[in-house]
Amino acid sequence: MLETATLSRRSLLKAGALAGGGLMLTASLPMVAKAATSTGAAPATLNAYVSISPDNVITIVGKNPEIGQGIKTMLPMLIADELDADWEQVRITQADFDPQKYGFQFAGGSFATPMNWLPMRQVGAATRQMLLGAAAARWGVPASSLKTERGRIIDPASGRTLTYGEVASDAVSQPVPDLETVALKDPKDFHIIGRPISGIDSPRIVRGEPIFGVDTLLPGMKYAAFERAPVFGAKLVSADLEAAKAVPGVEDVLVMKGGDNPELLIDGVAVISSNWWIAKEARKKLAIEWDNGQWASHSTAGYAARAAELVKGKPETILGESGDVDTAFASAARVIEADYSYPFLAHVAMEPMNCTALAHEDGRIELWAPTQNPTAGAQGIAQQLGIGQDKITIHITRMGGGFGRRLTNDFMVQAAAIAARKPGTPVQLIWSREDDIRSDFYRPAGWHKMRAALDADGKLIGMDNHFVTFIKNGQVTLENSMTADEFPAPFLENVRLGQSTMETRVPTGALRAPRSNALSFVYQSFLDEIAHAQGRDLPALMLELLGDREPLPGTRGPFGEQPGFSPPRAKGVIEKVVAMSDFRGRPHEGRAKGFGFYYSHLGYFAEVVEASLDRGQVVVHNVWAAGDVGSHIINPFGALNQVEGSIIDGLGQAVALAVEIEGGAAKPGNFHEYEIPRMPVTPKITVEFVKTDNPPTGMGEPALPPVIPALTNALFALTGKRIRNLPIDTSQLV
Amino acid sequence: MAYRVEINGETRELDVPGEMPLLWALRNELGLVGTKFGCGMALCGACTVHVDGVATRSCSVPVSALEGKKVTTIEALAESPIGRALQQAWVEEDVMQCGYCQAGQLMNASALLARNPQPSSQEIQQAMAGNICRCACYTRIHDAIAMVAEKGTANA
Repeated sequence: MLETATLSRRSLLKAGALAGGGLMLTASLPMVAKAATSTGAAPATLNAYVSISPDNVITIVGKNPEIGQGIKTMLPMLIADELDADWEQVRITQADFDPQKYGFQFAGGSFATPMNWLPMRQVGAATRQMLLGAAAARWGVPASSLKTERGRIIDPASGRTLTYGEVASDAVSQPVPDLETVALKDPKDFHIIGRPISGIDSPRIVRGEPIFGVDTLLPGMKYAAFERAPVFGAKLVSADLEAAKAVPGVEDVLVMKGGDNPELLIDGVAVISSNWWIAKEARKKLAIEWDNGQWASHSTAGYAARAAELVKGKPETILGESGDVDTAFASAARVIEADYSYPFLAHVAMEPMNCTALAHEDGRIELWAPTQNPTAGAQGIAQQLGIGQDKITIHITRMGGGFGRRLTNDFMVQAAAIAARKPGTPVQLIWSREDDIRSDFYRPAGWHKMRAALDADGKLIGMDNHFVTFIKNGQVTLENSMTADEFPAPFLENVRLGQSTMETRVPTGALRAPRSNALSFVYQSFLDEIAHAQGRDLPALMLELLGDREPLPGTRGPFGEQPGFSPPRAKGVIEKVVAMSDFRGRPHEGRAKGFGFYYSHLGYFAEVVEASLDRGQVVVHNVWAAGDVGSHIINPFGALNQVEGSIIDGLGQAVALAVEIEGGAAKPGNFHEYEIPRMPVTPKITVEFVKTDNPPTGMGEPALPPVIPALTNALFALTGKRIRNLPIDTSQLV
Repeated sequence: MAYRVEINGETRELDVPGEMPLLWALRNELGLVGTKFGCGMALCGACTVHVDGVATRSCSVPVSALEGKKVTTIEALAESPIGRALQQAWVEEDVMQCGYCQAGQLMNASALLARNPQPSSQEIQQAMAGNICRCACYTRIHDAIAMVAEKGTANA
């Protein structure tokens, strides 16, 4: 899924004149630039990040999908600052899916910031240099004698000025600077980076303008509802469509035969009408016989019982072992053992899954898709329909939330497959909330038997984790997996990770801070248990484990080389949050504080939760968060919003959320059975960023994982009872 | 038969089954897509509109119940000073992340301020409790409402 990430790193600039005069600049792959030149395509149709009109309006393309993480505002900020534009003169347009022009277009993993921090600035800097070159040529002075200021070029010697718009047409024929070597600003001169800037689409959203995927309106468009088997893995045997077809307003009812892969088309029936509500109601008249195979017997309770058996035995696989774990445990003065678990979770993006597709008569298919991962969407459609990807056009729409759900594009494939049966008619597929919750790619449930060995001095001398996860057709998928370097493994001498597995057909996938959102709870809770056994608190144990160690070696990540985990940065945020929260101070009457730290998606976050219990309900009063995501907070508005949202998201998961599987199907259907946090439970959240001399990294995820153990550790401090299973069952706290 | 409903000051004829929820008449019949579908069960508030000035979940009110009533949607929010003040605060305070629920939040907030121009923090929280924001921009929604309540609508 992430293989294409490295493609966009080496880029080249290509310039051409806009039809109305002006400059258009692209950072693209060399071969594409050549292709564009050789075909002699009209300049206005070239791919572009920056175009400047004669009246000095600068239009910048936002290349990545916008799910609410603020990327459509943030990436153009990087270009605009190096361009030395005035933010007021900047307009932003959303790119269509076109990896040859824009490289990797993806919303996930908090990758966009580290991947684009330099390339986007380089685009801005190169554009500025071409504008300077054009002005220098016009005035007959060296470009080095000129300066820029907020969208204007100034000749300090004579006092002359030109707007960018006035020289943009000339700038097209300037030599294109090498992106890798183009001079970048001294960060002290940033005037857009670091400024709180409101979301670029917000003025349209508050007016209710059509902007989300589900707002797509096309002439002659029909709406589709899709009935699938409640049981995961079931097959359609037969369907009686007559009653549904007879509903007034229903225009067509189609049996859709799919396959075994839930990321593509699965079996179902599509009902089509000019009004989605009519199609949805007509679904109730369908009489479908499903073959559930063996899968209807699967349940959360069954998985939990099986996992409880598995952890008693030897792991099927040892994923990693260092030192001599058995000897460490044999010599231990004390062994701490604890079983942890966490449930399946749904994403419940506010905008239910939907996609609009139009199969053109000539075999091309065009989509208006709220997708975090158009690459995978195009691949899936090509595979499902047996067409080339060159036949697929994807317009990326703004999304009403993503949280990882829209990384998987089953809804796109479904829409395309339905539309392919109705050539010439645009079809908008919309899922109900029940479809959304019951047809998800869930955060996988997991089980861990944790053991720790302490010597006679209470020192942690060994750790063992027996992890139980799911397989599909014998394989552990990425999001169901874990690796042997999970903290604190690299900081312990004797450590082992074993794994056992269970077969399932429950679809699983990435949920905001995948893996970390569950492992943080297990490890930071278990370390809190160890710290208490040692008679100290978790920050003290964490600081001892981290010691004076140097950063771990870098690894090859999805966007190339990425730095290894840095103990000094971890210590920085731990010490910061302990101070901010007065963690060791006298607690407020009836309340207690808990601590959690986690490193994920290249971000370091330490958080403290202050909680109490009120008539069996968990009440969170305060959360303090200290984060280190590098040298700059590019857009403080967006960054704070992400931290606050992540914290409330994590607390909501811990307190209330689980998707129970019963009879092979997901049980909850709507928000009364899957209770998302609401305004009255919002705690006071205090955030501070620890700025360090490291390239900025993403904000969509890393603030979430630590808040869950911080809460459960607070509840332990309050009650002396340890929460080892999520969601929190407060009846276990009294 | 067609139902006659006044929507944003204009009488509209809706030739739809009477039990069709207003939401789907707005979105699929009239192309007023600012009002959002979130749950279909009046649980999330994304579809909030005003019916005779009262915040109403349009996913759960049938068209047949609206004859002779006045419906206001997000598309007409700017016609009231409270609506304009809220829109301005929402942008200035960068209230939203994804923004999908915000039409419903704004419609609910404007109904609140119309009946209670000076709500306490607790009254804001109670009034807004029916509106889910999955991105959890609750602090900002709360503060933007409080700001408008404090400053009033004079500049809107």
